[in-house]
Amino acid sequence: MTARTTSGVRGGIGTSVRRPDGTPKVMGNFAYASDLWSEDMLWGATLRSPYAHARLTRLDIAPALAMNGVRAVLTQDDVQGKPTFGQEEQDQPVFCDGTAQYWGEPVAVVAADDEETARRAAASIIVDWEPLTPLTDPEQAVEDGLSFREMRIRRGDEDAAGTVVAEGIYETGTQDQAPLGPEAGFAIPDGEGGLDLYVTSQWIHVDHRQIVACLDMAPDSVRCHPAGIGGAFGSREDISLHIHVAMLSLATGRPVKMVYDRTESFAGHVKRHPSRMWYRHEADGDGMLVKVTARLLLDGGAYAHTSRAVLANAAFFTVGPYRCDNVVVDAAVAKTNNPPAGAMRGFGAVQTCFGSESQMDLLAEKLGMDPLELRRKNALLAGDPMSTSGQIIEGSLPTLEVIDAVEAIPLPDPLDDDDPRLLPGGTGLTTPRGSVVRGVGYAVGLKNLAFSEGFDDFAEARVVMTTAGVEVHTAAMEVGQGLVTVCQQIARTVLATDQVAIVWDDTSQIGSAGSTSASRQTQMTGGAVHAAAVGLRDQILADHDGEELRDDGVYREGEQVATIDDVCSSGPVECHVQFRHPETFPPDENGQGDVHAGFVVAAHRAVVDVDPELGLLRVVRVDTAQDVGTALNPQAITGQLEGGIMQGVGLAVMEELMIDEGIILNPTFTDYLIPTFLDAPAVETRIVEAGDHWGPFGAKGIGESPTISSTPAIVAAIRAATGRPLSRVPVRPEDIAGI
Amino acid sequence: MNITIKINGEDRAVDVAGAESLLTVLRNDLDLPGTKDACEQGECGSCSVIFDGDVICSCLVMAVDADGSDVTTVEGLGTEDDLHPFQEAMLAEGGVQCGFCTPGIVVAGTHLLDENPQPSEIEIREALSGNICRCTGYGAILRAFETVERGDV
Amino acid sequence: MAMEFVAAHNLDDALAAKAQQPDAELLAGGTDLMVEVNLAHHRPSQVISLRRVEALREVTPTRIGAGATWARLERGPYRGLAQAARTVGSPQIRAAGTIGGNVGTASPAGDGLPWIAAAEASIEVRSEARGTRVIPWRDFFVGVKRTSLEPDEIITAVLVPGDLPEHQEFAKVGVRNAMVISTVSCLVMRGEDGIRVALGSVAPTPIRATRAEEMINAESAVSDAALDEFARIVSQEVKPITDHRSTERYRRHAAGVLARRLVDRSVR
Repeated sequence: MTARTTSGVRGGIGTSVRRPDGTPKVMGNFAYASDLWSEDMLWGATLRSPYAHARLTRLDIAPALAMNGVRAVLTQDDVQGKPTFGQEEQDQPVFCDGTAQYWGEPVAVVAADDEETARRAAASIIVDWEPLTPLTDPEQAVEDGLSFREMRIRRGDEDAAGTVVAEGIYETGTQDQAPLGPEAGFAIPDGEGGLDLYVTSQWIHVDHRQIVACLDMAPDSVRCHPAGIGGAFGSREDISLHIHVAMLSLATGRPVKMVYDRTESFAGHVKRHPSRMWYRHEADGDGMLVKVTARLLLDGGAYAHTSRAVLANAAFFTVGPYRCDNVVVDAAVAKTNNPPAGAMRGFGAVQTCFGSESQMDLLAEKLGMDPLELRRKNALLAGDPMSTSGQIIEGSLPTLEVIDAVEAIPLPDPLDDDDPRLLPGGTGLTTPRGSVVRGVGYAVGLKNLAFSEGFDDFAEARVVMTTAGVEVHTAAMEVGQGLVTVCQQIARTVLATDQVAIVWDDTSQIGSAGSTSASRQTQMTGGAVHAAAVGLRDQILADHDGEELRDDGVYREGEQVATIDDVCSSGPVECHVQFRHPETFPPDENGQGDVHAGFVVAAHRAVVDVDPELGLLRVVRVDTAQDVGTALNPQAITGQLEGGIMQGVGLAVMEELMIDEGIILNPTFTDYLIPTFLDAPAVETRIVEAGDHWGPFGAKGIGESPTISSTPAIVAAIRAATGRPLSRVPVRPEDIAGI
Repeated sequence: MNITIKINGEDRAVDVAGAESLLTVLRNDLDLPGTKDACEQGECGSCSVIFDGDVICSCLVMAVDADGSDVTTVEGLGTEDDLHPFQEAMLAEGGVQCGFCTPGIVVAGTHLLDENPQPSEIEIREALSGNICRCTGYGAILRAFETVERGDV
Repeated sequence: MAMEFVAAHNLDDALAAKAQQPDAELLAGGTDLMVEVNLAHHRPSQVISLRRVEALREVTPTRIGAGATWARLERGPYRGLAQAARTVGSPQIRAAGTIGGNVGTASPAGDGLPWIAAAEASIEVRSEARGTRVIPWRDFFVGVKRTSLEPDEIITAVLVPGDLPEHQEFAKVGVRNAMVISTVSCLVMRGEDGIRVALGSVAPTPIRATRAEEMINAESAVSDAALDEFARIVSQEVKPITDHRSTERYRRHAAGVLARRLVDRSVR
C-alpha cells in the first residue's frame, strides 16, 4: 500500500495535523450531549435503589405525579417491549423489577419542567424495601454456580515442571473510568411516533438494537445520533440512561434531557472488574519459561454487560508477551451484588498484566537474573504461537524492539532539589530529601486488537466526492481519542485533497462502525475509510480513464483529463464499504484457536521516588516504547500514550472505589482520586513502526497499551525502592510503610 | 431574586429562585454552556471562571451572591478569528482530546499567563493543580505553555 | 417557598440578619455550603452572605479576620498557617475558601485547625444580642463538625496570642498532592517556652499531644533517642479511626513520624 500520493497532500497521514473539532473545544462552544437544549424540553431524573440487594415491596409514584410541573413518572410496568437489555446477555431489567441487584439500580424516572422539580419528584416517590443480604464475595458466588462465564485454557503438557518456581497471589481493586463528561442524553420525538436520540455512547448501533427491542418499536423509527462526548474509556459501552430518556420522551411527546451528576455517574456506569489471581511460574535453570499456571477470579457485579469478553481477555493474556508452551488457566467471572463491572481501557488484560509482570520480576529474582534479560529471553515474537491460545502471531510483534527502545531512554537526573513539589508528599511538606529512595521498574504488556472469538466485527464507511470536497460518512463514536482526525488524514492521502469533512451519520443513515473500544477504530473505521477512499479513487480513475487523482481532477500522463466538476457532473460519486478484519474463531474447550484479530505490544519503565517510612511517593517518570505499526498522527499517538499512562498511574497508586457490602463509599471526586498536575509524572515516548498486516497503511490501534503495562512498571519501581513485595493495586501508604 | 452580573464585559440580568450555583445559571439561564459541570463539588476545575479577578469554581458560587460581580468565562477569552495565544497553543500542541476539561484549563491557563508570563513547569503544575484532565495526561497542556512562552503562536 | 437572601455589606447588618434568622446559613467562600447544595441537594431557606464585609478580611499580627481566604494566608504573616494554607484544596478553592469557614465547619481534618491549636488561639464570635465572646480553641471545637457557636452568632476572627513561637512547621499526609483531605496533619511550634505539637485528622477535633509535649520539654537536649520516645508517645496519644481513607494503625504511625520530623525541622 502506498503511504503517500505523488502530490504530497497537506494534512495527510504521518503528520501531526490538528484535530478538526479543536477550535470549538478551546472556545467552549463544542456541543456535548450535556449541552443540548431546546426551549420546550423537559428534564429527566432517576430514582435509584439505596440497597445493594433488596426486595421492592412498595412503589407508589402518586406523590410524584401530583407535583406541579411533573409530566411523566415511569417504572418497569411502563416498558412496552422486551423487559431486559444488555450487550452480551439481555439480563438487566430496564428498571428494577421487584428485586434490586446492586446499589444505585434504577427504579423509576421522572420528566418535569425543570431539573430541580424532576429531582424533587423522584425523591417524593414512596418506596419500601425489604433489605436482603447482598452476595459480595466473588469466590462464594462462583462456588454457588453464580458466574457469567468460566473458562479453561490447556496448552501443552499440564504435568510439565520447571526447576525454579515463583508463586504469588495478586489483586487489583475496582477502578472507575471517571470520564469528565457525565452521562447525558437528549431524546426528541419526531411527531410521527418515532424518536431521535443523542446519547453519550461508544457504539450507537448496539445501543439502538437494545433500545428498539425494549421500546417495541420499528428500527427505523428510532434514530441514534453521535453526540459530543467528554471521554469514555469503556464507561459508555453499555446502556445507561438511553432507554429511560427515550421512554420519557415518548410518554410526554416532548424533548427530554437527562444528565447524571457525578455521584449518579459513579453509580450509573460499569467499572473495571476487580480481580484476584493465583499464579505459578516455572522456569528451567537458564530462565526459559516451562509452565505457567493461573487461576483468575474476576467480579462482574450484578449484570452481565461485557463480562464474558473481559474474562476471555484476562485469560488469554495470563502469560503476557512471552513464549511458554505449557499453560494451565482456570478463570471465572462471578455474578454478585457488587456494582456491575464492564469495559474499561485494557479490558481484562490490565489485571493479568499486573499479575504476570509481577511474577516475571519474582521469577527473575529467584533465578538471580536481570528482569529485562528474563523478558528478552522469553519474548513472544511474530511467527510464534500465543502461549495461551496457540494462535500463530501474524503481522508484526516488535517485543524486543520496544524493550530495547524503552531501556535506551536516558534515565532522569537524580533528585537534587529541595522544592517540596518535587518530593513525595508535595506541598504537604512531609518528606525531607534525605528520606527519599528512588526505584526503577519495567513491564511489558500484550493486547489484542479489535473483537475476538469469532465475533462478526466490522465497520462501515461511505466516502463521497462532491464539488465542494470529500465527505467521509461514519457512525463511529469520537470520544476524544482523535479518530476524527485520523479519518480525515486517511481520506486526504488517498484522494489527494485536503478538503475532507467528516460527517457523523446516525443509525438510519449508515451501518455500524462497531464499538469505539478494543483499540479498534483506527484500524476498523480507518480501514473502512481507507478502503472506501481507494474504491472511490479507483472508480473515478476508471470512469475517466486516468492514472492519477489530484486535488483538482484526474490526470493521465501528466495532463489533466477531467476536473472535479466533470467527475461530479451527474452528482456526487461515492463508495460504501463494510470493512472486516481477518477472521477470528471461538476457542475450543481448551481455549485453543485463532481467537484474536491482531496483537500490539508495549514496554514501560517507571521511576518512582519513595519515602519508605511514610509510604508516600512521587512518580517521577513513566517512559514507554509503543508498537504502532505505522504512525498516522504522531502527536495524537503521544496524547494517547501520555493519557493512558496517567490512568495506569491512577490504578497503581491512588484510584479505587471502596465498596462495602455492595455500596460504593466514595462515589465523588473528593475521595475517588484521579492524578492531578502535581501527581503526574513526566513521560518520554518512543514509537516503533514495524508495520502490520491489516490496518490502514499498516497502522495498529494503541489506545489501551499505555494503560496496561504502566501500572506494573510503577509497582516494580516501588518494590525496587523499598523491598516490599506489594501484591495489590492500588498500592497504599500503609502497604509501602509496612503498617 | 433579580440580580445583575457583568459577564464577559456585558451586564446580564437574571432571576434566580434559590441557592443554585453560578455554574447552573451560566449554563441554563444565560446561554453560556462553555463552562462545564463535571463534578459540581469544586474537585475538578471544569467550571473555572474568573470572578472579580480570581480563578474560582463557579459551582461553588451561589448565583444570587454573584450580584454585582465581574465574571469572565471561556466564551470571553477569544473569538474564532482572534483566539488567545494559549488557546492557539493548545490546538497546536494537541492539548485537547475530549475537551471537557478544556474550558477550565483555558481559563486557569490564561489567568496564570496574565499574572506570570513565564511560569516554570512546576509553577504551571501547581497553578493548574485544581484542573483535572482525564484524557491527555497533562503533557500536551504543558507543551502548550512552553509554546506560548517561546512566543511560537 | 422562595429562598431569603441577605447580602451583608457590614458586620452590623450581618449580625442583625443572623439575630432575626438564627437558622440562616452563612455564606463566605461557599466551598463547604455549595458542595452540600449541589451534591445533597440541600435547599437552604435563608442565606446571609458575608462576602462583602471588608472588616472580616483584616489580617494583623494578632488577629485573623474570619473572611481571610487561604490565598491571602498563603502570603503570611504566620509561617505555619501559610504552609497549611498552601495545601488546602486547589488554587480555585484557596481563592474563595476562608479560615472562618474552616473553623465553623470544624471538620476533624480541617487544614487550618492544627495551627490554631498549636498557637493557643481563640475564636472571636459576635452576636447582636450579647456582643463579643472570645472562646479558647479547646472550648470552641467540641466534636466532629460541632462547635460551641450559638445559632445567632457569627465567627468574626481568630485571635492570635502576641508571643507566638517563631519556629512553626506544618505537614499533611494525603494520598495525592492536591485536592486531598488529610489522612494526618501536624503542626509543631518551637519557642522559648518549648515545643508544642498539634495534630489533625486523628481525633474528633484538633488536638495537642500534651503528654508528648511534656516529655520532650523535660529533656535538656533533643537527642535521637528522645525524639524516638517522643514519636512513640504521639502515636499512642492520638485517637484516630479507620475509614475509607486510611487505617487507625497507619494514622498512628504517620502521626509519630510527622511529629518527629517537624520537631527535627524546627531545630535546624
